[in-house]
Amino acid sequence: MGTRGYLLGKVAQAFLTLLFVLCFNFFLFRVMPGDPAALLLRGTSAFNPENVEQVKKDLGLDKPLPQQFLTYMADTARLNFGESFFLRGKPVNEVIGDKIWPTVLLVGTSTIASIALGLLIGIWSGWRRGSALDYGSLTFTLFVYAMPEFWFGILVLMAFGGGVGPFPAIFPTGGYETPGADLTGLSHATDVLNHMVMPFFVLTVAYLGEYALIMRNSLTDVMADDFVTTARAKGVREKEVLWRHVVPNALLPTWTLTMLSLGFVFGGAITIEYVFSWPGLGWLTVQAIEAKDFALLQALFLIFSAAVIIANFIADITYMYLDPRVRAA
Amino acid sequence: MSVLSVRDLTVTYHTQAGPVPAVRGVDLAVDKGEVLGLAGESGCGKSTIVNAVLRLVPPKTKVTGEILLNGEDVTAMKAGRLRAVRWSGMSVIFQGAMHALNPVQRIGNQIAETITIHGQADEKGAQVRTGALLEQVGLPPRRLRDYPHELSGGQKQRVMIAMALACNPDVVIADEPTTALDVMVQAQVLQLLKDLQRELGLAMLFITHDLSVLVEVCDRLAIMYAGKIVEEGPSVQVFRNPRHPYTSALSGAFPQIGDRRFRMAPSGLPGDPPFPGNVPEGCSFHPRCPLAFDECPTIDPELYPAGVERRAACLLVRGGDRVEVTS
Amino acid sequence: MRPGTIGPTGAGPIPPVEDLEVPAERLLSPRRIVWARRKRAFQRTAKTYRKSKMGMAGLAILVFFVLVALFAPLVADEATMDPTSPATGDAYQPPSSEFWFGTDNLGRSIYAMTVHGSRISLTVGLSATLISMAIGALIGIFAGYYGGWLETGLMRLTDWFLVLPWLALAIVLASLLGRSLSIIILVIGITSWPGTARIVRAQALSVKTRPYVERARALGASNWHLITRHILPNVGPLIFANTILTVAIAILSETTLSFLGLGDPLAVSWGTMLDFAFSAGAATTGQWWWLLPPGLAIVLVVLAFTMCGFALDEILNPKLRER
Repeated sequence: MGTRGYLLGKVAQAFLTLLFVLCFNFFLFRVMPGDPAALLLRGTSAFNPENVEQVKKDLGLDKPLPQQFLTYMADTARLNFGESFFLRGKPVNEVIGDKIWPTVLLVGTSTIASIALGLLIGIWSGWRRGSALDYGSLTFTLFVYAMPEFWFGILVLMAFGGGVGPFPAIFPTGGYETPGADLTGLSHATDVLNHMVMPFFVLTVAYLGEYALIMRNSLTDVMADDFVTTARAKGVREKEVLWRHVVPNALLPTWTLTMLSLGFVFGGAITIEYVFSWPGLGWLTVQAIEAKDFALLQALFLIFSAAVIIANFIADITYMYLDPRVRAA
Repeated sequence: MSVLSVRDLTVTYHTQAGPVPAVRGVDLAVDKGEVLGLAGESGCGKSTIVNAVLRLVPPKTKVTGEILLNGEDVTAMKAGRLRAVRWSGMSVIFQGAMHALNPVQRIGNQIAETITIHGQADEKGAQVRTGALLEQVGLPPRRLRDYPHELSGGQKQRVMIAMALACNPDVVIADEPTTALDVMVQAQVLQLLKDLQRELGLAMLFITHDLSVLVEVCDRLAIMYAGKIVEEGPSVQVFRNPRHPYTSALSGAFPQIGDRRFRMAPSGLPGDPPFPGNVPEGCSFHPRCPLAFDECPTIDPELYPAGVERRAACLLVRGGDRVEVTS
Repeated sequence: MRPGTIGPTGAGPIPPVEDLEVPAERLLSPRRIVWARRKRAFQRTAKTYRKSKMGMAGLAILVFFVLVALFAPLVADEATMDPTSPATGDAYQPPSSEFWFGTDNLGRSIYAMTVHGSRISLTVGLSATLISMAIGALIGIFAGYYGGWLETGLMRLTDWFLVLPWLALAIVLASLLGRSLSIIILVIGITSWPGTARIVRAQALSVKTRPYVERARALGASNWHLITRHILPNVGPLIFANTILTVAIAILSETTLSFLGLGDPLAVSWGTMLDFAFSAGAATTGQWWWLLPPGLAIVLVVLAFTMCGFALDEILNPKLRER
C-alpha cells in the first residue's frame, strides 16, 4: 500500500468521523424527548404557545426530517450555523469569529509546552526508574491528575491575581487585555502575554503529568527490548542508547496515546477560559450554557469536535514519519 | 594464549526470591581460529555466560571469576575501556534477530554505527565498509537502506552476522544464531558461519541446544547443565562417544535419519532441568539420570579426565571405572 | 554399585489422595469446586493487595469518606446549611470555632456543606460508573466474543466516541436534558463507556482463544454459556479494577459539570460549592476557606479511588503481571 495508501486511509477516516459528528449533532437536537422548540424556550419568559410555533417555523422544525437534514448539511457546508439566541439575531459565525484566536493562542501554546515538558519528564523518569526524580514526578502526576484543573486555576487566580496571605497579586485577574488601555504593537502583545501567564501556566501543568506517565510507561517497555541489549553490546554510550535507540521507539505508542488525550485538553480549555475570563471559545461555551443558546452550543460542539479530529489527523500523518513500518504496511 | 578465557565464572542474579546462581564455576577457553561449542537446555546458564562476558548483566548481579580477553581482565575494565572493547574485541550474534535490531533505524546505519563509534572510519568509510560486509554475508549492498521489517528472518540473521564482523573482533560469540529460523534457512546460515569463520580465522564461541548443529561447526564441545560444564572434548568424539549420561541423552534427542542407534534409543528425558535456585544435592543431574546410583546424591562430581583432551563430570568416569555409557 | 538404582524419575512419588487439599467427600458438585477456587483466588488477591502501600492508603481514605457520607447528619448539623434557619451565621465569615470552615455568601456552614456534599459526589460517581461499566462491558464482551462485523462496527462506534471532546458533548447533552441529579448521572454514564469497552474487548479476545473455552465450545456449549460461565468470570476482575478508576473520573466529571452550572441546584455537591464560590467572587476576594475544603475533598477522594484502582490493576492485569 505504501505511503499514499496510508495517507488516503487517514483522510477518509477523518472525513468519516467528521460526518459522524455532523449527523450526531443534527439528530441530537431533534431526537431529544419533547418538542425541541419548547425546549429552547423553557425556563425563559418568552415561553408561550405562539412563540414556540414561531421558533419552530424559524428553525424550520416543522418541515419533514429528511428535508431538515439536507438543509442542515447544506448550511454547515456554507458555514452557516444559524442565528444565536443569546445575541438576539446575530449570526453565530460572527459571535464565534473573534473568539477563535484567543483560544488558539492559549490552548495551542500550552498544549505544546505541556507535551514537550511532559515527554521530557517522562523520559527522565523512565530512564532513572525508582530514583527520587521518578517517585517525585509520579507523586506529582498523581496529585495533579486528581485535582480538577479549574480548581487549580482558581487557586492560582486567588493567589497571584487577587493576592491572599503571603501571595502577591502580580497578575491581572482575568481577561485578554487591560480594558480601555487601547495599546498597539509591542505593548499590546506584552499586555496580552501578561494576561496569559496564569491560564497558560495552569493549562500546561494540568496535563503534563499524563504525558509524562504515558512516556514513562512506554520507555520502560522499550528498555526491556532485545535491541537495547544489542546497542549496549555494541559499545554505544548510555546517553546515545537512550536518545538514539530507546526514545525513537518509545515515542511511537506515546504519540498515539497523547493525541487521544487532546479531547480532554479542549475540556480543560472551557473551564480555564471561564475561570480567567479569557475571551475564547471555551469562555463562549459557558456563556452559551447560561443563556441556553443551543444554536451557539451546537456550533461550538462541532468546532471542538472538528479540532480534535484535525489534531488526530495531524498526529496520524506525523506518526508516519516516526514509524517506518507504517509506510510499508 | 587463548583469545577468550574464562576461569571459575560464577554469576548470581539478585531476585525477589533471593539470590539465584545461574552459573556455578565455569571454565572455558577459545583459541584463535578455533570454534568452541557450548550446548545445553534452556535455563542452564548459556546466555548468562554471554551477558557476563560482555558485562551486560543486570545491576546487582554478582559476577566472580576471571574473564580474560587477549589476557586483559574484562571484569576490571573501566567503563571507557569496556565500551571500546565491546564489539571490537568481542562481538555477539544474538538469537532471535527479529527483536535484536532497532525497528526504526535502517540496518545500514545500525552496522555503520559500530564502525564509527569505535573510530575505525568516518561516516563515508563506514558506509562503504557496511556495503562490503553485506556482500560478504550474501546480501546485496543496496539493502543497507532497508529497515529490519523489510527483511526475512534469514536475512536479518545475516545482517546480525555482518554487524558482528564489522569491527574485526578477535572473538565472535554466536548465541543460538539459528534457533529461531526455518530448517532450510538454518542450513544456509550455518554454512555461511562456517565459511566466514574459516576465511577470517575467527575464534568463535557457538552456543546452542542443538548438538547435531554443533558437531558440524565446532572443533571442541562443552556441555552445560544447571550452571556447570558437565562434559567437554573434541566435538565429534563427544557426540559419538559421550561419557556423561546427560550428553548421551542430549545427542539422543536429535535423531539422525538412518543412524541405527536412534531407532532403539528413547528420545527425551523425563523431568525438567532444575530451576537455577533449586539445584539438587550432590550431582545436579542425578534425579533424571538413568544410570544414577547410591553415591550420586551425595557427591557433586568435578570434571574428571575421560580420555584424550576430554573431561566429564560423572562419578562413573571418576577413577578407573570405565563403564561405557550408552543408552 | 549398580547404575540405575535410583531411577530416572525427577518428580518423586505421586502423593496419596489423602494429602490433597480437598477431602474426598467434598468433591461433589463442579459448582462447589469453582466457587472454592474463586474464593481462594479472592483471598490471594486480598493478601497481595494488603502488601501494597498505595492500595492500603487509598482504601483507608475511601473508607473515611464513605463513613462521613453515610453518617453525614451526625457529623455535621444540617440546620447550619439552611439559610432560613437561625443556625446559620453571618455571610463570608472566615473559619472560627463555631464554623470550622467559615461561612459562604448565605451564611451557610461550609463545613456542613462539605460533609453533606460527599453524599452527592459519591452517589453520582458510583451510579454513573455503574451505567458506564454496564454499557462498556456489554459492548466490549459482545465485540470481543462475536468478532466479525459486530466487532468492527462496535469498535468503530467506540473509536468515534473516544474522539469526541468529552466535556463539549456532556455540556450539550446536559443543557438539552435539564438540570437534575439523574440527568447528570445519565450524561456521565453514557459518555464514559468507551474506555471500558476497549479494555473489556481486548480481554475478551484473549480469553476467547484460551484452550478451555475452545474445549467447552467443542463440547457443544452455547454462546450464552460460554459468555456467562467462561468469558465473564475471567474478564470480571479486570472490569472491577477499571471500575474503581472510572469512579474517579466520574467524580471529576460531575465536579466539572456542576461547576459550569449544569448541576442540580438542590443537591449541593462539591462541584456546586465551587460554582457558588467562584460566582460570588471568592477567588478575587481571597476567601480561601470557601475554595479549599471542597477542592481538597475532591482531590482526596479521587486520589483514593485512583490509588486503589492502580493497586488492583497491578495485581489483576495480566499484561502488568508479566513485567
